[in-house]
Amino acid sequence: MTTKNTWQTICPTSDLIKNSGVCALLANEEQVALFQVGNDTFYAVSNFDPCGKANVLYRGLIGETKGGVYVASPLLKQRFCLNSGACLDDDAFAIKTYETRVSDGKLEILG
Amino acid sequence: MNTQPRKIVVVGNGMVGHHFVDEMAKHEGYEITVLSAEDRLAYDRVHLSEYFSGKTAEDLAMTSPAYYNDIGVKFFTNAKVTHIDKAAKEVTTETGETYAYDKLVMATGSYPFVPPIPGKERDHCLVYRTIQDLDDIQASAKAGKVGVVVGGGLLGLEAANALKELGLETHVVEFAPQLMGVQLDKDGGALLRSMIEGIGVQVHTQKATSEIVDGEECVHRMNFADGTHLETDVILFSAGIRPYDNLAREFDLAVGERGGIVVDNHCKTSDDSIYAIGECALWNNFIFGLVAPGYTMAKVTADNIIGGVQQFTGADMSTKLKLMGMDVGSIGDAHARTEGCKSYVYSNQPDQIYKKIVVSPDGKELIGAVLVGDTSEYDSLLQYALNGIELPTNPDGLILPSSGEKPTLGVDALPDTATICSCLNVTKGDIIAAIDCGAIDVGQVKSSTKAATGCGGCTALLKKVTDHELEKRGVEISTDLCEHFAYSRVELFHIVQAEQIKTFDVLVEKHGSGLGCEICKPAAASILASVWNDYILKPDHVSLQDTNDVFLGNMQKDGTYSVVPRMPGGEVTPDKLIVIGEVAKEYNLYTKVTGGQRIDLFGARVDQLPAIWKRLIDAGMETGHAYGKSLRTVKSCVGSTWCRYGQQDSMAMAIFLEDRYKGLRSPHKIKFAVSGCTRECAEAQSKDIGVIATENGWNLYVSGNGGMKPRHGDLFATDLDDETLVQYIDRYLMFYVRTADRLTRTSVWLENLEGGLAYMEKIVKDDHLGINAELEKQMQNVVDTYQCEWKTTIESTEQLKRFRQFVNSDTVDGNIEFVTERDQIRPAQGEEKKYGVQIQAVDVTPA
Repeated sequence: MTTKNTWQTICPTSDLIKNSGVCALLANEEQVALFQVGNDTFYAVSNFDPCGKANVLYRGLIGETKGGVYVASPLLKQRFCLNSGACLDDDAFAIKTYETRVSDGKLEILG
Repeated sequence: MNTQPRKIVVVGNGMVGHHFVDEMAKHEGYEITVLSAEDRLAYDRVHLSEYFSGKTAEDLAMTSPAYYNDIGVKFFTNAKVTHIDKAAKEVTTETGETYAYDKLVMATGSYPFVPPIPGKERDHCLVYRTIQDLDDIQASAKAGKVGVVVGGGLLGLEAANALKELGLETHVVEFAPQLMGVQLDKDGGALLRSMIEGIGVQVHTQKATSEIVDGEECVHRMNFADGTHLETDVILFSAGIRPYDNLAREFDLAVGERGGIVVDNHCKTSDDSIYAIGECALWNNFIFGLVAPGYTMAKVTADNIIGGVQQFTGADMSTKLKLMGMDVGSIGDAHARTEGCKSYVYSNQPDQIYKKIVVSPDGKELIGAVLVGDTSEYDSLLQYALNGIELPTNPDGLILPSSGEKPTLGVDALPDTATICSCLNVTKGDIIAAIDCGAIDVGQVKSSTKAATGCGGCTALLKKVTDHELEKRGVEISTDLCEHFAYSRVELFHIVQAEQIKTFDVLVEKHGSGLGCEICKPAAASILASVWNDYILKPDHVSLQDTNDVFLGNMQKDGTYSVVPRMPGGEVTPDKLIVIGEVAKEYNLYTKVTGGQRIDLFGARVDQLPAIWKRLIDAGMETGHAYGKSLRTVKSCVGSTWCRYGQQDSMAMAIFLEDRYKGLRSPHKIKFAVSGCTRECAEAQSKDIGVIATENGWNLYVSGNGGMKPRHGDLFATDLDDETLVQYIDRYLMFYVRTADRLTRTSVWLENLEGGLAYMEKIVKDDHLGINAELEKQMQNVVDTYQCEWKTTIESTEQLKRFRQFVNSDTVDGNIEFVTERDQIRPAQGEEKKYGVQIQAVDVTPA
């Protein structure tokens, strides 16, 4: 349970889709939704939608409200903040977030 | 930090026990310990029956170990308390653990009463109370054909509904002469009975079961006191509840004559340090079998523990519910037992509606009501009753069908103390306070007050109150699309057209702000597609589309997609059918014929979609746009080709129309139908565009709808020739595409359009606006630039990359699991999942 997180290389940043999402699999089998917003901002959050209970968040639409960027679940449209993981529509839910960095043109996730 | 945390021990973790924990945890400095005899934490018993319609134990859960850990509550399941030492202030569990308390809260709830009938302990004699009970019922139902519920009260009827949904021949046996004797009067009960019998549940009243013995045809035979009998395989007892008060009896707390732990207005028992709340508590010689009073007790208790002075002074037992699809409501003195009171009754046998109101002797106040078959007036009647609002001169107007002026209770007339949400006890004053603190729409009011988050029955009233209060404050109900565009969809459409804008980036840069959202992006994508008809997954557009459009399929609840090839007019060759069958078999897809006369294949993973579509396209099929806000199907009958009544070739016309308008992106989905004669087998009058053959040509109907709000189409033109028919449809549809709000069907659009049908006739038939040539040209452009989106997609290696589940792995999503039902797959639910759902630990830190 307490294994230390390490930086994992995922893919070239060119494999991401601008203002949209793709999904990555971490070494521990966690599914991560990756989003590129604009040219060089990347977000990584859990791919599991805790409201709809399916691995779908990477297929959600990216939106912005008052400067905060979120993904809206493709199932029932609950919005999750890409920075904090908080659900903007229901306090009872939140998703895990991961740190990202780009190194040598490749996206890395701390997980 | 000189105060010792005070120890609170809660016995029982049902809905009320959990609510108390929530209330208590709001205050700091208390150490809360929950001891539950059950093996799981609190779950929603009010919605228990939904377990049979697909909700899982997880869905019903009201809390979780993680949540209790988060708020610092210690909890133990399978921890049945067997001993209370009042002097030492300690409780001991079955397994010998001892917990000290400063305050003890008994929330032990109740258990179903099983009448002492010989044979009641036979197999398949069950009760309806816990998730475990439901599992037992399900298992018993599988083996049997007939089920009986003993008890015709509210819970009994819910249990009967469960048996019926499990496919059993269902009976209700009631001792009293009528159903729901607590809530309904004789006539209301009689109507409810006939409605319930109408859907196939057999009701037997005035039956006392004398014994249960072996049956001949079924497992059991129930012998009744009047000499009659009934054979059944499953018996559910639902004859009321009894409080779990054994601990109180054993350790000398005062209990009522007929059970229940006696409490005072502070919910305190005869021991100063022990409280009792919910269905185990007896207040004023009354046990409240509803959740709302239990919640109030929980709140009062928490308040008293911190030194407050709140009191529990009884609760309103009015109820509104849907039983087997039938509306039933009961308020206050439903039986008109108050001395000198008077009643008004409205009874409508053909429509199965019964309404009664009971008014005070002076006729000024509403003191009771019974509603069966139509509860639309429940909310306002309840407000009259709870708040003592003076009735209008003719109170019967409140329940009569609206012919002319109906006295309405404006939300303005409600006092601030009026309860809007009785589950969570939210008053009108609370809502006003939320608005004063900055809430500017229903969603925000809901999240800050929690109103309408219980049973949800007050949602409409909440919206009324909120909108009214906002209007009073001069808040305009905005027509802006969203926070990124201060324009309506119609205005944006004009902007895109007039300025020849081709991408969202340009649109938002010139006329909007921010990055966009899930409202404006798909709306803009739809407008751009209607005007330019580009491939919708061009890199400029892909991030704008809803997932259904991004992956060109309908996402289902488990994240898989459905695949629907187009079958114009419902016509399909055997060869194509065979290919569809082969594909379904190879990819193990659930196969169903849709209402739109085509075939839907469910359960395709995103990574399987391209290969599936390649097979279908190679066989000559194309996308059916089942995922798009666009033309779905043109339903038809076989018409004059085969049918001896057919007036025109409706098949050929349906296929022609479907081919013409396929791919047209619009504000919402569009459905057509063409019938070959006036018998209307294709149901064209319930479609957005309906065409019915006549001896001389075609009659055109517009803006019909099935679905959520059915509407018959309006007859727009008669006896049209083929060419004029198409011309009219071109104009009508393109005008709709230009002017409708997002996600508005043609039916609602026409009803809200100023001038309505007559205005549309002037435009389409008389070219009132002089734009018909333009409308036709625009439609022709859509027709000429049609492409099968799936064909374009599978021909592009760039596009195909998007259909990998993982950007860094070729494995597939292991969380998608299926089980077999009726020889086909369906998504595994809850405990059926072998791999299970990995819910990841969450650490939320504010941004």
